[in-house]
Amino acid sequence: MNTALASLEVSDLACVRGSRALFRNLYFKVEPGRALVVEGPNGAGKTSLLRMLAGFLAPAAGAIALRVGDSAIAEAEERAKHIGWFGHQDGLKPQLTAKENLLFFARLYGSNPAHVVPMLDWAGLSRAADFPVQYLSAGQKKRLALARLKLSNRSVWLLDEPFAALDAAGKKLVEQMLAEHCATGGIAIIATHEAISLEASRMTLGNAVAA
Amino acid sequence: MTALFFRDIRLSFRAGGGAMLALAFFASVAALVPLGIGPDLKLLARIAGGVLWIAAALSALLSLDRLFQADFEDGSLDLIALAPQSLEVAAATKIAAHWLTTGLPLTVLSPLLGLLFGLPPQAYPALVLSLLLGTPAISAIGAVGASLTLSIRRGGLILPLIVLPLLSPAVIFGAGAVLAVLDGLSNGALGLLAAFSLVAVVLAPFACAAGVRLNLAG
Repeated sequence: MNTALASLEVSDLACVRGSRALFRNLYFKVEPGRALVVEGPNGAGKTSLLRMLAGFLAPAAGAIALRVGDSAIAEAEERAKHIGWFGHQDGLKPQLTAKENLLFFARLYGSNPAHVVPMLDWAGLSRAADFPVQYLSAGQKKRLALARLKLSNRSVWLLDEPFAALDAAGKKLVEQMLAEHCATGGIAIIATHEAISLEASRMTLGNAVAA
Repeated sequence: MTALFFRDIRLSFRAGGGAMLALAFFASVAALVPLGIGPDLKLLARIAGGVLWIAAALSALLSLDRLFQADFEDGSLDLIALAPQSLEVAAATKIAAHWLTTGLPLTVLSPLLGLLFGLPPQAYPALVLSLLLGTPAISAIGAVGASLTLSIRRGGLILPLIVLPLLSPAVIFGAGAVLAVLDGLSNGALGLLAAFSLVAVVLAPFACAAGVRLNLAG
């Protein structure tokens, strides 16, 4: 994996959904090789924050500055090219096999298709590789989505509830891949309710404030 | 983007895909009309172009509503939006794949259905050519509607209301091209149809990308 050194700085960020302000005056910085765990009650805006960082949502106020290698990136469209996305929907096609799903994303993201089979082994899915995804369990689908994230070669990982539906071994897999990713200089921002054994900064999004 | 192109084609032929469904729907509607009208060959020949064009537009709509919605619901659209290629290119790719799996098969099947209408031999080139030129516009304009309704539950019901009025020029020129041959008139309709189709295919990817961005932010 060739992930470049990345750092992310968020200043004075505000998120407004409808007439409700989810958060405002949010400041944080993630240095190269660091992970940030975002906690908070349901509806605190964790997913909205991740979607904002990915560039799907425009911030109501504030700025998101990404630095990859030597270049500073302010535009959301440029930032998107460095985002590795792990949403709470799996993004898998049920009619295609596990291998076909991964091959498609490898080609779409310009990753090496030869990495697909080793990645399936890594995720513990080598025996399920040729099954259509609709026959896989929820945990297996999560594992497949993790393999896809690892395959993406992106330096900024955004993970939304990565532990949901995973067994103990699967959770270890997540922690291990996050640690490896950070060790190569990448960064990760993880929204979760669950305890995570990873050297990471922590941030709690508070209850919604009235607009 | 060839990855997306081949994935969409593959999906359209797997379970739940729309390719065969659209083709079967097209054939059923076109076969039903002569049964309903009765054996008036002169009348059937005159309405053949119009009926086949309307059937083509309706059957393409069957699979259009899932064009972006399926990817939106399972989260694939997020990943496609973050891919190295722009959403405009992705939209153009999806339109091309949709046309190849619905518009093109409909066009190929149309002469066979023309037989049911007793269409005279000289009208077949105009029929096939008009569908060949015009079905890309159906996919393109339909995709714009699909991008706007992708997050709406049962958006497939609203889609025809948005798309069908916009397709009326294609139906007018397409059916007109076949009629002009029957009447022995000079055929300007095909040129107009080609122009309409070209504009639709060029502009639609930009409109689709804007529609998708709007819905991803929702």
